Amino acid sequence: MRLHEYQAKQVFADAGVPTPASQLAETVDEAVDAAEDIGYPVAIKAQVHVGGRGKAGGIKLVESKEEAREAADAILGMDLKGYHVSKVLVEEAVDFVNELYVGVTMDRGEGKPVAMVSTKGGVNIEEVAEEDPDAIAREHIDPAFGMHPYQARKVVYEAGVDRDVANDVASVLTTLYQLWDDRDGSDVEVNPLMITSDDEVIAADAVMNIDDDALFRQPELAEMSEEAAEGDELEQKADEYGFDYVRLSGNVGIIGNGAGLVMTTLDLVDYYGGEPANFLDVGGGAKADRIANALDMVFSDDNVDSVVFNIFGGITRGDEVAQGINQALEQFDEIPKPVTVRLAGTNAEEGMEILNEDLVTVEYTLEDAVQRAVEYAKEVQA
Amino acid sequence: MSVLVDEDTRVVVQGITGGEGKFHTEQMLEYGTNVVAGAVPGRGGQEVAGVPVYDTVQQAAREEDANASVVFVPPAFAADACFEAMDAKGLDLVVAITEGVPTQDMARVYRKLQETDTYLVGPNCPGLITPGVAKLGILPGNIFSSGNVGLVSRSGTLTYQVVDNLTERGLGQSTAIGIGGDPIIGTDFIDALELFENDPDTHAVAMCGEIGGEDEEEAARYIGEHMDTPVAGFIAGRTAPPGKRMGHAGAIVSGSGTGTAESKISALEDNGVPVGDTPEEVADHIEDLL
Repeated sequence: MRLHEYQAKQVFADAGVPTPASQLAETVDEAVDAAEDIGYPVAIKAQVHVGGRGKAGGIKLVESKEEAREAADAILGMDLKGYHVSKVLVEEAVDFVNELYVGVTMDRGEGKPVAMVSTKGGVNIEEVAEEDPDAIAREHIDPAFGMHPYQARKVVYEAGVDRDVANDVASVLTTLYQLWDDRDGSDVEVNPLMITSDDEVIAADAVMNIDDDALFRQPELAEMSEEAAEGDELEQKADEYGFDYVRLSGNVGIIGNGAGLVMTTLDLVDYYGGEPANFLDVGGGAKADRIANALDMVFSDDNVDSVVFNIFGGITRGDEVAQGINQALEQFDEIPKPVTVRLAGTNAEEGMEILNEDLVTVEYTLEDAVQRAVEYAKEVQA
Repeated sequence: MSVLVDEDTRVVVQGITGGEGKFHTEQMLEYGTNVVAGAVPGRGGQEVAGVPVYDTVQQAAREEDANASVVFVPPAFAADACFEAMDAKGLDLVVAITEGVPTQDMARVYRKLQETDTYLVGPNCPGLITPGVAKLGILPGNIFSSGNVGLVSRSGTLTYQVVDNLTERGLGQSTAIGIGGDPIIGTDFIDALELFENDPDTHAVAMCGEIGGEDEEEAARYIGEHMDTPVAGFIAGRTAPPGKRMGHAGAIVSGSGTGTAESKISALEDNGVPVGDTPEEVADHIEDLL
């Protein structure tokens, strides 16, 4: 789960990280008032989870009331790489001489957190990592001890940060690590951390991603995450139903159980010449109602022309799945989109007997089911 | 022969009084697993499915001579359960089924694991099975058959699919291990491959990976450098878009492009591991390799 910039900045500021003066605005008038209040120049920044916001026109620097109105009017309501902008952060523009990157993330290969500092801030750090990996200093932290003060200093000096600001940068890094640790962060970073001509450090951007699996013990962040939730109607519906769902651009709807098997079904749709419309994992032990909800979700995606069910029962039972499919389809006078079903594993035979073959096409292997669903999708397109 | 689980495995179930714990204890007993104890704080002296329950894992291990545990406790308490099992004398295998354990909890468990001789399988995994002998976890026993193919996989249902393809053509399994789909796990591909390499009755290994992280790439290099036993591979997630979590917490291609299926497939192929385009093709490759 990813917080918006304005939320992450609030969390950082509360923890003592210096941030520029800023105000959140949802209307043009609010944005103009905020700009007048803060004093020019100010930056007007779209609050959406899109990389390269600036290049896409989502961040504008303004020098006057007129410019502020014009920029806020352009950004609020705009569509930024598929995301609707409903909030802007109006922020004091910082005059800087240097930009750093400071962050903490989990190194899953090592099973340990890693603190990172680079003097190449202000640009996409993943590109820096790829093109010039030595430009990022890294220090692994032992989770049993936490970050020792010397480790913060070490990584800051290894990165080549000026001695005049090294202590302040190390202090920001220490705070970020504490936030990462206390708030179940997955990535906590500032990019850029700006250095001003009088050696002040200021967090000009803020990223805070939280481990979804830890939200149960981070109630304050869980509440923020509801505000930060974005995505289209279907993705929000999937959240309500409690499905793991990812929308894609194709026309073959996919429903299965277990992440690996659902991914495999997507891959096979592609392999046999079709295009997957979604990833939908109903999870383990899904009962009839849940199966019916899954079908309802995929049917309500207008891009979907054909649906394939691939269920390999372990704790999920084939008869329950079959009942759910029948239950969902019997309410239609005419089946909206052809449904192909493949059941294997626990109670698969019982399930196959229950399935109403007037409503669905039954296949016995994964490969056959996917090929059939791809054919149906092509027939609709033809 | 087999790896990790055999006739002498004596299991304590942590969380045996919960719904999942009870159901799967019955299933494990039915399959022939020696489930000798349960451990639930405050429930000592009770019985579940004829199995005596103790208040602590240490008591269970001591009184019933248990040497393995299966963890069915809820996510908030799963790391503590793993620590308790790692700390209990006599236990050398812990299988954590629980899904949704916070990653930072697992980092601490992983840190402790480095200091012990215990094997931890999981979390967020289906467990492991030596067909015809014992299963520890939630795998459906009836699809497995005993034989000489080792199987290691990050995904539960994908394991079942590949096993089904193997069993259908008479290729039984020595042991199948579901290592789990989380970012930080105990036993990884290399640990499992090493066990199979040293098992005289495993003649070939099927390895099922998926997008995210670099474990498959590292495993590929390990196979190239250290293994005589042939391996066939499968990688799920070729069509996954970057930045989206595909169900498993660990299954995500990063924005910088690490963790892609292409990278994993080419690492495996470069190290002499044939990779199937479909699960069926994995079985084809295994048949050729035997």
